[in-house]
Amino acid sequence: MSDVTSPLLERDLEWKLPYRGKVGMAGLIIAESAIFSIFVVAYLFYLGKSITGPTPREVLETPIFFTVCLLSSSLTIHLAGKELENGHRKTFLILWSITIALGALFLFGTALEWHRLIYERGLTISTNLFGTTYYSLVGLHATHVTAGLVMLSVVLLFSLADRVGMDQSARIGTLSMYWHFVDAVWIVVFTVVYLVGR
Amino acid sequence: MSSDAIAIPSARTEARPWVEVVHEWVTTVDHKRLGILYIVYALAFLVVGGIEATIIRIQLIRPHNDFVSPQVFNRMFTMHGTTMIFFVAMPVLFGFANYLVPLMIGARDMAFPRLNAFSFWLTALGGLLLYFSFLGGNGLYGAGNAPDVGWWAYAPLTAKTFSPGPSSDYWTIALLVSGFGSIGTAINLVATILCLRCPGMTLNRMPLLAWLNLVMSGMVLIAITPLSAAQIMLLIDRYLGGHFFDTQAGGSATIWMHFFWIFGHPEVYILIIPCFAFMSEIIPVFSRKPIFGYPVMVGATVCIAFVSLSVWAHHIFTIGMNSYANSFFAITTMAVGVPTGIKIFNWIGTMWGGSIQFKTAMLFSVGFLFQFLIAGLTGIMMASAPFDWQLSLSYFVVAHFHYVIVGGILFALFGAFYYWYPKMTGRMLSERLGKLHFWLFFLGFHATFDVMHFAGILGMPRRIYTYEPRPGWETLNLIVTIGAFIQGVAILVFVTNLVYSYFKGPKAGNDPWDAWTLEWSVSSPPPAYNFASIPVVASRRPLWDLKHPEDPDSRYE
Repeated sequence: MSDVTSPLLERDLEWKLPYRGKVGMAGLIIAESAIFSIFVVAYLFYLGKSITGPTPREVLETPIFFTVCLLSSSLTIHLAGKELENGHRKTFLILWSITIALGALFLFGTALEWHRLIYERGLTISTNLFGTTYYSLVGLHATHVTAGLVMLSVVLLFSLADRVGMDQSARIGTLSMYWHFVDAVWIVVFTVVYLVGR
Repeated sequence: MSSDAIAIPSARTEARPWVEVVHEWVTTVDHKRLGILYIVYALAFLVVGGIEATIIRIQLIRPHNDFVSPQVFNRMFTMHGTTMIFFVAMPVLFGFANYLVPLMIGARDMAFPRLNAFSFWLTALGGLLLYFSFLGGNGLYGAGNAPDVGWWAYAPLTAKTFSPGPSSDYWTIALLVSGFGSIGTAINLVATILCLRCPGMTLNRMPLLAWLNLVMSGMVLIAITPLSAAQIMLLIDRYLGGHFFDTQAGGSATIWMHFFWIFGHPEVYILIIPCFAFMSEIIPVFSRKPIFGYPVMVGATVCIAFVSLSVWAHHIFTIGMNSYANSFFAITTMAVGVPTGIKIFNWIGTMWGGSIQFKTAMLFSVGFLFQFLIAGLTGIMMASAPFDWQLSLSYFVVAHFHYVIVGGILFALFGAFYYWYPKMTGRMLSERLGKLHFWLFFLGFHATFDVMHFAGILGMPRRIYTYEPRPGWETLNLIVTIGAFIQGVAILVFVTNLVYSYFKGPKAGNDPWDAWTLEWSVSSPPPAYNFASIPVVASRRPLWDLKHPEDPDSRYE
């Protein structure tokens, strides 16, 4: 019997498994990637198949400024996480707020673009295939940004109440994974819609 | 393996008000209770789906029958398919995974217990929504109630023009909601298996059930989500005036087929892989030998998962793809047979030279091996595109996939019920009723589904409401329907056994089968916390090591 257990009790001490939050979030990201893939495939498949106008070339403008906003928010959330790990709560709070502001700015950009497309160009989700696929794909991404902003804001509230400390940094890391994913998806959507799609 | 993980007496429960008991079950986050909820929920829907199948078969018992109207017939086969796949097979397999995985890897619960409860209730809501359509579907004058578009719901049948009223939307939203539930459970299983294994349980020592459920969960993440995406597109089409599947605006009906089957084919493997997992636990115990070729089993499973993601278009050979696509999908489909064959050889290798005990669980396992092999062989036949052109959309296909789902999945599930019921309830199922159940079901199954192959080869198309009195068709359909009734009787025997044994069955004890995995080290049913102290394992068969300290497996690993 001792033969069975003795070598293991030592190993027991160094038994270490990955953090469940990170693994769970990775699972969610894989699932979400599959959803986005299907929408991207639909967008590419229907490129140029609209029977009526307007076409992407006629109406789309590349949102470079807002893209820069969203992508730089990945940097600020990463730095915020690092600051929290080192116990700098104040800088964490500032960087976290900047992240939220950048995300919100990006959403504002999408809103501006949609307003222009709908009211000036007359492109809605039911106008043609381009409208259907464009609003679905960009809208799906914007939904994810919105969900992310809600979660980030919850953390902000807790942080303002001084409840976010070093011991939460693993959770903050999990949330950052989601935010990085949302940014990475935007790179794909941006490439597909604004570069390839025109 | 610490010995204090053994023999925890089950806590005495006193009679409590039923409201309290119900409240406890509704608010539970315990993986065992949620597992049982999943299983009971699925069994209820099994009965409902079975009744729908019976209605279909009564309608087809003779030519020119008018037991139900054509409209009702369409609803019956749609609801039968949808129910059996999404609200029987998926939840029952998730139920077993929920119940067994934490126990087998020496954990106290799943990684995210509340997500687990949330996923179950999403699935439950999905099933209720689907069936609420019978009441709430009559939205417009002339609109039908329950969904009647077939379980594939091909475009343009789902367009507003052809499916007025909300019946198709109940189908869409039910599947979307329960799909989110499945994704939640899959994330939970992956996190549990990767993060909560007890000390010493390396990936290499995990029970095959845990391994195979890990692979299944990974497939759920990749394969259920395309269906969710397609459902979102369908909702956009139906409610926001989108054109994804609207051919008049340049949209494509075939892209729905592709999206559906990108989900649909891996789904078959999502359902069968947990059944492979049951086989890999049951066959060794009743052959009194460790599983043959453990690493190869794991490798073959991963291989099946990968290859099965690239075979979907064999469902739609008849829509006219180019010859390159046809060849590609024919080859990948045949290739999937190779790792599957390896598994069958491994199970036979496990039985070979063992002292086999033909308990009911083992009978069902052997039935599974035999029938799943035949199902695989007809699958290889259909993989050949020209052969498929001839027999696609005929009863041959119906016979083939029911051979997989009933002959394979359901037989494996019954095996699992007979094997783990003692652990879940603390009582043994009656062997006498079990054997009766097996032989009746075996007889009914073969009467129904063997004969369907012939009807298909004679040219009988699937989903027809009735048929002309053609030579051969009448007798064949009569036998098929009689077989369906025999299966129905067998299910009644099974349900009787479940209920009777729950109250009157002999006490099971911790380890009635003299098995080797960790769930048998705790009491039956296990306490809420599973393990008083977290076990430490040194081999793939921790209980063997404990029972045979003079010759533990760990010595050979």
